[in-house]
Amino acid sequence: MVASVTSILEKYNKDKTRLMDILLEIQEAFGYISSEAVNEIARCCNISTVDVQQTISFYHFFTQKPTGKYTVYLNNSVVANMMGREQIKETFERETGTKFGQVSEDGLFGLFDTSCIGMNDQEPSAIINGKVFTNLTPFRVKELVRGMREGKDVEELMVEGYGDGNNGNKLVRSMVMNNIRRKGPILDDNYTPGIVIWKKLPTMTPEQVIAEVKASNIKGRGGAGFPTGLKWEFCRRAKGDRKFIFCNADEGEPGTFKDRVILTERPKLLFEGMVIAAYAVGATEGILYVRHEYKYLQKHLESILQGARERNLLGKDIGGIKGFNFDIRIQFGAGAYVCGEESALIESAEGKRGEPRDRPPFPVEKGYLDYPTVVNNVETLCAVVKVMLNGGEWYRSFGTQDSTGTKLLSVSGDCKYPGVYEVEWGFSVYDILGMVGATPDVQAVQVGGPSGTLLAPVEFRRILGYEDLATGGSIIIFGKHRDLLKDVVLNFTEFFIDESCGSCSTCRIMPVVLRNKLLKILNGKGVIKDIDDMLEWAKVLKASRCGLGQTAANPIVSSIKNFRHLYEQRVRMDTDFDSGFNLAESVKDYIEASGRVIVE
Amino acid sequence: MSKPVIATTSLAGCFGCHMSILDIDEKILDLIELVEFNKSPIDDIKHFTKQCDIGLIEGGCCNSENIHVLREFREHCKILVSVGECAIMGGLPAFRNGIPVKECLREAYLLSPSVQANHEYIIPNDEDIPMILDKVYPCHEIVKIDYFLPGCPPRAELIWEALVALIKNRPMDLPYEVIKFD
Repeated sequence: MVASVTSILEKYNKDKTRLMDILLEIQEAFGYISSEAVNEIARCCNISTVDVQQTISFYHFFTQKPTGKYTVYLNNSVVANMMGREQIKETFERETGTKFGQVSEDGLFGLFDTSCIGMNDQEPSAIINGKVFTNLTPFRVKELVRGMREGKDVEELMVEGYGDGNNGNKLVRSMVMNNIRRKGPILDDNYTPGIVIWKKLPTMTPEQVIAEVKASNIKGRGGAGFPTGLKWEFCRRAKGDRKFIFCNADEGEPGTFKDRVILTERPKLLFEGMVIAAYAVGATEGILYVRHEYKYLQKHLESILQGARERNLLGKDIGGIKGFNFDIRIQFGAGAYVCGEESALIESAEGKRGEPRDRPPFPVEKGYLDYPTVVNNVETLCAVVKVMLNGGEWYRSFGTQDSTGTKLLSVSGDCKYPGVYEVEWGFSVYDILGMVGATPDVQAVQVGGPSGTLLAPVEFRRILGYEDLATGGSIIIFGKHRDLLKDVVLNFTEFFIDESCGSCSTCRIMPVVLRNKLLKILNGKGVIKDIDDMLEWAKVLKASRCGLGQTAANPIVSSIKNFRHLYEQRVRMDTDFDSGFNLAESVKDYIEASGRVIVE
Repeated sequence: MSKPVIATTSLAGCFGCHMSILDIDEKILDLIELVEFNKSPIDDIKHFTKQCDIGLIEGGCCNSENIHVLREFREHCKILVSVGECAIMGGLPAFRNGIPVKECLREAYLLSPSVQANHEYIIPNDEDIPMILDKVYPCHEIVKIDYFLPGCPPRAELIWEALVALIKNRPMDLPYEVIKFD
């Protein structure tokens, strides 16, 4: 085994900053990362074993024990649950004779929960040995398990046929559906790859490119909304021997899946956007950071990159521009929501735990390997190509004054047509509900995923845009019959608990405290003050270093704000305090351990 | 109106929050003008001698004595304030919460390499010492807490402003900058 680990290490020049790739390959080759492998990596890369272990332990898809010949990661997002996940889980457990979180005794099956895998429009879904299985039913699960017992390859288990568009491509072969429901400038079919690189860039200086992007007034599509032109300008001005363009394709916000569709259908557009960014800031290296859940797209993406190199859209003297050299590599994550935060993403790409950095300095000054780095969302980079093609003026004709252009929405939940919609900024929630075939009895809409807002019908006139509801594009619809507190708020809060990197005490602890309060209320032990306490305590989370921690209480805060009556219905009104604490019970273990004699 | 009466205590804390109270420097003279202290380490009054207006609690509850003291504070104080990380969330002592208390006790008194003189191999069980709880509890899980003052420790000015706000019945500003933990 060690021999093969050695060859993987040599492939990456024993470079500790490539630890993610080394671990990913070892995990894939052996199904786990053994302690011998850890020792070998530490020895070759000249780092301590603890350095290797801390990276391994941070990511969900790295394991130090075998995870079974067939490893099932079943999505546990809110929408998965709404679409019948519980039945799927029970069926897997019954058919394999194994519980979730365990590997069967014969080592055949490993069953694990995982956070949203970006398939909310086709739930329940699971990743089995790297392949995505969507729209699972108990019947299908029985078939799958039977196939596994017969020793079939996962490829053979996919009998439903392939999904639409490039999902059927021989390099993808996935049953995932794109579900593109509405197209705009980004998803437009009428696009000639490389046109901006060939026709526009040679006629423009980098400063002119930045000026055009600024003129479009486009802002970052990840959710935070930083002006893209300004970011590029900062990076262009920053001093550094090397500069990097990162594309953030780590969409981990539950309910978001639009980047998956872009990576499947418009990767050329995305890479062209990265080349434009590189030209503008003077970068020579690009990294596309893709979440592990989308690893099934690897060969597809690699082949597009290779094609671009062959057509001189990447490599040396790109587009015939003397001295413009730039290439892109793909970096996969290994399962961590917080890596979607730009500085955590950079840390991860450097082979470390994906813990957000303190800022300043910002990545545009000190980013990847401490060099100036631009990190842009997939959608931002795609939009930039169209800005360059048609001009900033044209782009501003879409959307509103403060929010120019279009936004890709990932719509899921209780509606007829879940999928990806490209709409202009300025649509109201009400407009969207009509478009996606939501049932008339919508109880609530979650805009922006767990870190966003849970809206009640009275607020459906609000509009999507940086001036009102800024969002990364996740829209989840809940019908009347859903239990918002138990099915939604509790699930979201547990998501934040699972995904906290643990660096700031506030984010590590407070969501747990809040979850316990919520459970107390759900168990009928809550009092009215518990509701107000949660609101007060949630403020503490503002002290966290990154957006994950700062928004971890949003599910609770926004549901109390908009659905306070749901909480009040469940709390005790006969008392103003109930701790549920029992002293005798809590000292029992100490008494047993010490042999203490209790004198009444 | 007579001066408001304040009591303070440190439960499973490090006394850092009390140090922070003292950190208001010369304002302590203003404080004495403003309030009267009852049971508190600051004046070393051991037992409540009267009903108090405000009780400041540092630290969470790790043993039976903490529970006793906290309940006593609840009985004797109109308003109780959890001061600092440990009182609010359990803090550093709560690091043991993931480990069963029996394991903690065995490690501390029997198995640890630094254990040398425990020839009888006992976990302390004298009837005069407090009993260790199964985990460290934040104060609000034991009694009703009225206000929470975050920080590790909350800065001196913050404690000062909170006290003044409570005494003068004014709203209080908790700007982003004061809520820092690391």
